Amino acid sequence: MNNNLYQYLLQLGDNALILGQRLCEWTGVAPELEIDLALSNIGLDLLGQANQWYEYAAELKGGDATPDTIAFLRDAHEYRNVQLVELPNGNFADTILRAVIFDTFNLLLHEALTQSSDQRIGAIAARAVKEISYHARYSKNWTLRLGGGTEESHQKAQKALNDIWDYAFEALTPGPVDHWAKEAGIGPDLEQVKSKWEATLQQVFRLASLQIPKPGFVDRKAKSEGIHTEHLGYILAEMQFLQRAYPNLQW
Amino acid sequence: MKDWPLWEVFIRSKNGLHHKHAGSLHAADAQMAIENARDVYTRRNEGNSIWVVKSTDIVASDPEDGDMLFEAAKSKIYRHPTFYQLPDEVNNM
Repeated sequence: MNNNLYQYLLQLGDNALILGQRLCEWTGVAPELEIDLALSNIGLDLLGQANQWYEYAAELKGGDATPDTIAFLRDAHEYRNVQLVELPNGNFADTILRAVIFDTFNLLLHEALTQSSDQRIGAIAARAVKEISYHARYSKNWTLRLGGGTEESHQKAQKALNDIWDYAFEALTPGPVDHWAKEAGIGPDLEQVKSKWEATLQQVFRLASLQIPKPGFVDRKAKSEGIHTEHLGYILAEMQFLQRAYPNLQW
Repeated sequence: MKDWPLWEVFIRSKNGLHHKHAGSLHAADAQMAIENARDVYTRRNEGNSIWVVKSTDIVASDPEDGDMLFEAAKSKIYRHPTFYQLPDEVNNM
């Protein structure tokens, strides 16, 4: 098995699965019924994308591996998502500011992946780009509304941005697997993605009257070494409970 | 968000058909209404085009005028083009 490719697919799948799980936590408690449905829709889009990355990963791994075993039978240190997506939802502004930061990155990444030398990755990315384009538009529009809305919404949006900004850069900072992917023509040069990402976000935050904070601690190693925040364990405990308590349970 | 106006949503299920009333929802502006309508009414592949219009902009007939407006159309079977054989090529009539 090509372990680099396997780890790269886990990075893609795990980001989608964990953020999808987080967004679906809004079901029933979002500020409006329409937002409730929108966030759940986006969560389910991400779940579908995770399934496709895991199908490919399971084929590489061989044996008894399936998308389900990859999702439900790995422990936290084996997950390769960035810390940003595992952070708690917080209030609506926290969720939206995390979303605009991640979606902007995710869209640029998947647009680049459509040109991947790996045709399977290119095909999955081409399908995902349509969904992620909508996610990015949704989070951008809400960032503009919150930033330029009332005094309270502006304050909450600015606080959300301040709180989360240190987590923004892990996805854009290449780890060993990203370097391998770039050399193999499978993934993009993350430095190029980063410059486009910064330009896009600067424009969005300027229009939303939000100040970009100075980045602090950025040396996070969740996607490259599985060093996560404490929050991921709680997500997995809830998500994996049934499979762990009743092994091989079928839905 | 309590002040969001109500919007009526019309969805066209496929090309060639007309937009049909799907329901209503709350949104702050027209753009948000389109996005909300997409999320609320098309998430199971129900449509390929959306119209939204503010509910206050809909002018409705008065139920009191029912007899005057609609009674005259009843019992006029000759107004229904049901005596023709439609060729198979004509869809969606």
